[in-house]
Amino acid sequence: MVEKTSKRQNAETSEGADKADCQLPIADCQLDLTQIENWKLEIGNPLATAIVRALESVTDPEIPVVNVIEMGIIAGVRMEADCVVIDMTPTFVGCPALAVIRENIRAAVSAVTPVRVRVNVVFDPPWTSERISETGRKKLKAFGLAPPGNHCSGGTMQALERTTCPYCDSQETDLESLFGPTLCRSIHYCRSCRQSFEHFKAV
Amino acid sequence: MADLAFQAIDALSGTVREAVINLLYRLADDELIIGHRNSEWTGHAPILEADIAFSSMAQDEMGHAQAYYSLLHQLGERDPDTLAFGRRPREFRCASLVCLPKGDWGFSILRQFLYDASETVRLTALSESSLVPLAQLAGKLRGEEKYHLMHGRSWVLRLGNATDDSHRKMQAALDFAYPHALGLFEPTEYDEPLAQAGISPREDELKRQWESAVAPVLADAGLTVPEGMPPIYGGRVGQHPDALKELLDGMQLVYNIDPTAKW
Repeated sequence: MVEKTSKRQNAETSEGADKADCQLPIADCQLDLTQIENWKLEIGNPLATAIVRALESVTDPEIPVVNVIEMGIIAGVRMEADCVVIDMTPTFVGCPALAVIRENIRAAVSAVTPVRVRVNVVFDPPWTSERISETGRKKLKAFGLAPPGNHCSGGTMQALERTTCPYCDSQETDLESLFGPTLCRSIHYCRSCRQSFEHFKAV
Repeated sequence: MADLAFQAIDALSGTVREAVINLLYRLADDELIIGHRNSEWTGHAPILEADIAFSSMAQDEMGHAQAYYSLLHQLGERDPDTLAFGRRPREFRCASLVCLPKGDWGFSILRQFLYDASETVRLTALSESSLVPLAQLAGKLRGEEKYHLMHGRSWVLRLGNATDDSHRKMQAALDFAYPHALGLFEPTEYDEPLAQAGISPREDELKRQWESAVAPVLADAGLTVPEGMPPIYGGRVGQHPDALKELLDGMQLVYNIDPTAKW
């Protein structure tokens, strides 16, 4: 990352001057990105827009079709002293992609902001599958990955045994394995279209 | 629950702080060691799905251990990698159940089930802890552990009720594992301060909840809970079966050759 210090130097001179000169009213965008569709409409701030665009370019390397906002991983964006702070709430605590996603977020946002970027891993709010947006769910399905059920903290054995097939929408499916190729997936078989498929587990 | 909530980990001091450090070591070490034991099935489980399940659970448990070690690091303990790879057996605070060699498939399944049930009970309690960062983490981990318990439960029911041979092996595994599982709830000198601060319930309370959680599943699997066997304690004060040393000798091999190696 290229260190861009001019704004930070301003910030150090005085807080008032910082606010006047900085023209970075990111403090205005202390928003919960779960409401991202609404948030887009409310943004009147070019930098906030640029940050959102940057975040939209970052995906989970294991699910490359869905970006981090659609996945609901971004818990908040705010200005703190002289840096942009992004809170990310991980899908699975032991997810090996976590460090990669975190660094990709930092790099993408750093490219559009003149100040330092810090990415925090937080567990409040906890990530649940409810945080995946409607767009995200559609993309998961198109990717052949059945989206998690909508029932919060669902994921009962009964629900898993009737997971809807992402290819033909049948519920005549069997649970083959509670665990799959990544921590977040289970494996199923559709008796209607005779196709194996994976499912993003509800947590 | 105590009225006072500890919003941040650095709000802790004195005996309570010491008690939390001890609790976090118990939680983290149990996770790390059972995670490592799970990983011993990678490439060796009876069927592919079972192999993937144990490998996934290993990854989950180690991730959870890392999260607990990170909290410890915030409390001034060493960094997570050093805590995992740079400590001797007597410095570990895990229960004997997680140290035992993986044994046969029946034993590994049964151990996993007994352990996951204890974690569910514990995480449910901790998700209401007065120590806010721990409560948040526990709430998060509980959602993931749910799948471990579902997995263990379905296998215990299947193997307990399948053939005479599988039933016999599962009963033998239960007879062997149960006193070690009771050791998960070994009382410590920190029970009282943790309970009084509303951070964690006492171990005997968690044990009661665990017994009522596992009993119906074991009964449905046609298994008899051994009675009158004394719990096997010692793990929480650093007294472990030799199996832990053997495990750590392997797990820490590279680190011990060169603690600064990047890998």
